[in-house]
Amino acid sequence: MKENTDFAPVMIPQDYKLDSPVKWCAGCGAHAVLSSIRNAVPETGVKKENVVFVSGIGCSSRFPYYINTYGFHSLHGRAAPIATGIKLANPELSVWVVTGDGDSMAIGGNHFIHVIRRNINMSILIFNNRIYGLTKGQYSPTTPKGSVTKTSPEGSIEEPFNPGELVMGSQGAFFARVVDTEPKMMKEVFIQAALHKGTSVVEVLQNCVIFNNDVHENITGKDVRDEHQIYLKHGEPMIFGKEHEKGLIYRNNKLEVVTIGKDGISKEDILIHNARCTNSTIHYNLVKMDQPEYPVAMGIIRAVDKPVYEEMLYDQLDHAHEKSPIKCMDDLLKSGNTFLINESSS
Amino acid sequence: MSKNPRIIELEDVVVKFAGDSGDGMQLTGSQFSDTSAFVGNDLSTFPDYPSEIRAPQGTVAGVSGYQVHIGHKDVTTPGDLADVLVAMNPAALKTNMKWLKPGATVIIDIDNFDQKNYKKAEYIEDPLNDGSLEGYNIVKAPITSLTRSTVKEFGLDAKTADKTKNQFVAGILFWLFNRDLTIGENFIQKKFKKNADLVNANIAVLRGGYNYAETIEAMSTTFLVNPAKNKKGLFRNITGNIATAWGLLAASEKSGCGLFLGSYPITPATEVLQELAGRKHLGAITFQAEDEIAGICSAIGASFTGKLAVTSTSGPGLALKGEAIGLAVITELPIVIVNVQRGGPSTGLPTKTEQADLLQALYGRSGESPVIVVAATTPANCFSFAYEAAKLSLEHMTPVILLTDGYLANGSELWHIPEMKDMPEIHPPKVKDNHEGYMPYIRKPENLARMWAVPGQEGMRHRVGGLEKADKTGEVSHDPYNHQIMVGLRQEKVDRVANYIADQEILGEKDADLLVIGWGGTYGALYSAVKELQHEGRSISLAQFSYINPLPKNTEEVLKYAKSRVICELNLGQFAMYLRSKFPQYEYKQYNKVQGLPFMISELKAKFIDILENKGK
Repeated sequence: MKENTDFAPVMIPQDYKLDSPVKWCAGCGAHAVLSSIRNAVPETGVKKENVVFVSGIGCSSRFPYYINTYGFHSLHGRAAPIATGIKLANPELSVWVVTGDGDSMAIGGNHFIHVIRRNINMSILIFNNRIYGLTKGQYSPTTPKGSVTKTSPEGSIEEPFNPGELVMGSQGAFFARVVDTEPKMMKEVFIQAALHKGTSVVEVLQNCVIFNNDVHENITGKDVRDEHQIYLKHGEPMIFGKEHEKGLIYRNNKLEVVTIGKDGISKEDILIHNARCTNSTIHYNLVKMDQPEYPVAMGIIRAVDKPVYEEMLYDQLDHAHEKSPIKCMDDLLKSGNTFLINESSS
Repeated sequence: MSKNPRIIELEDVVVKFAGDSGDGMQLTGSQFSDTSAFVGNDLSTFPDYPSEIRAPQGTVAGVSGYQVHIGHKDVTTPGDLADVLVAMNPAALKTNMKWLKPGATVIIDIDNFDQKNYKKAEYIEDPLNDGSLEGYNIVKAPITSLTRSTVKEFGLDAKTADKTKNQFVAGILFWLFNRDLTIGENFIQKKFKKNADLVNANIAVLRGGYNYAETIEAMSTTFLVNPAKNKKGLFRNITGNIATAWGLLAASEKSGCGLFLGSYPITPATEVLQELAGRKHLGAITFQAEDEIAGICSAIGASFTGKLAVTSTSGPGLALKGEAIGLAVITELPIVIVNVQRGGPSTGLPTKTEQADLLQALYGRSGESPVIVVAATTPANCFSFAYEAAKLSLEHMTPVILLTDGYLANGSELWHIPEMKDMPEIHPPKVKDNHEGYMPYIRKPENLARMWAVPGQEGMRHRVGGLEKADKTGEVSHDPYNHQIMVGLRQEKVDRVANYIADQEILGEKDADLLVIGWGGTYGALYSAVKELQHEGRSISLAQFSYINPLPKNTEEVLKYAKSRVICELNLGQFAMYLRSKFPQYEYKQYNKVQGLPFMISELKAKFIDILENKGK
């Protein structure tokens, strides 16, 4: 049946609540992310029947069970290809992937880079707590080197992935980073990620209260966050610090932290964030910034326009249908070389 | 001066074309089979190509072949042994000598029979003079040199000029089989329609070959194969892979569920993906994924969204897809998994045929994970079984594995073209928007298929996933009794498919002295062997299974009355193990072959006669 209104019915976060209990640990960062998503989705202007959440396996991947949309809790690492099939089958759907650092960077690493390379219109949220939580505390591909975990009792000897670097290396068009302690930031970024046409990836720095407590504390802690984070906004200068006194400039082929009013630096010297710049050099540098030399970049780091996979696919489908004289199966069956046997051609 | 050759009328003839991968033997072969179909012969073809794209020229490893079996009588296999062999070089001769009938005509390109090529083919002695060709009718045709002199006037470069020599071969065969040259000329005109020079050159070479054959003394006998006696209507020549792709397209059109194929290239299944990639005009969506797993997962996503979802693969790919098939089992989403079997394990024999994925298809997943398994039996009926696999999957909301094999996939036969109005209806259990009281695991009482609502539908929001589902509601449930109920329901749903499939047929008497049992792609050889023995007065019959899981309801009836049974398969006895587990009350003999080759009719007949004559001993 057709809706009697042409505009999307106004939704409120309550529309996306389910009666079933949320089973994450008390104090888990995922609770805050869920609440921000419920707040963000109604503002994307999509009909609630057109929203689909897809996940893999892991703590974060229980997400679809906690939000009242169409949902698919799939296989470890495979959320991206499942979401791909959903989106290609019906491009009108607003598709979200919820995944973790193990799910997307380890077992699903291959799918992760390929979905980005294709630029299929979906939003991928990586809950990065730098640990395997659901299997109770083994190191993940984003666990810092040297970390002692159940499977690295002498300290991890692996270099960690930075998800943003993989996004850049996969020719990604949208990358953002948020922290689970900043609901306002999360909501703003999630809405923009959903509205972006193409694959948008949002890394959520998330705390695991049981197996990796305070792993992001050096970035998110109340007393350090102003100094150790920079919240980037398109068109605004890259300024941070408690007194908004620090900024970033690009000098000698690298980013550099400077203090405004010191060494002849004025506010005008500070880089203006251009998330829409197709050249990814600065974005790549921003993604890589880390403590102690740099503040960690938050917000939308890159958001550029690129041709979207499913639009090109459907263009090809339409064009082929228009052009071909073969319009249905009976046409196909009788096309090409056929042979009339033991019958005079009448 | 033309001679008056002796014409021999034949019931059937097997022609084998063999040469270097680059000699165009596949083209000559398909041209010959098309011409045969045009004059009304029944036919079956089988290409035989190496897994290397261009192995070193002139070596045994580089020989590519194409076998065509044509007949006035029904033709069900590409034939055991060849009546006519075309060997473009010594390596091609060496590879194919063992597949020749006594007295066969062997046409060789004498220009390539020199010391250099003998060495490449690892011949120690000159095969033309060592007596090994005794008893065969050898035609030493200077194919390369005559072709070159024929095309000289067209000013082609040397490489293009040499490429036309397959038309010289075609010309010889037109004469040898008493065929009208204009058919061949039309073929060339169609093939090279964009290039008049190539049309003229190829036609000149075709005529050159024909005239050569007419002139030389070595060919004093020609063959005539009359139009097929049991075939009437509109036909086309089709390979198993194309038929599979078309069957899926047909099911998509009939069911109204758009076709989505998520796949990854793998020999010998790739053609299914290629064919459907070229069928966007019929609305087919193909997604070439980054790996086998993404292939099936994208298909599962499309299935969740209401498409007829398919993934195509071969044995190693099926292994990779196992976990995802389990997901489709527990989410009870329809998906067709086409497995074109090849020699295994591991990479095994990618271009050769085998039936050794049966147990993998039945059981190769974690947990209790029942799926429907069906097997096509001929290249053309891959169409019907792809259609049937899609129908069963959509109507019963379950994965279906369709087993074909390299032999069916690449082999071709004449196919009576069906009309879509005659294809059975397909009714997936889709629900309308705002269906009252919808829960994802509410089932149709008769076949237990769950009701299918898809994203975008109003009032039907729900979640599925790999965790165990509570009966009816589909909520996550770890309840022990619920798990038992759900495992039981999923099994029962697949078991009940037996109520919707055809009974197993027996070719011959059901109380025969010997019941031959086969499944899938061995049908042609088993059929011919059994038919021939029946004509020879033996008490023998055949049951060729296509429905593997579940088995047809009358299977016990089929097995019961035979005085002895032999299960023939291209593996070490997987269907035998399966039948023994289902019907342990009967005794089964086995005949198994694992050479990457199909059964030969002759070896089957010998085996069956042996059993019949030694029964009880």
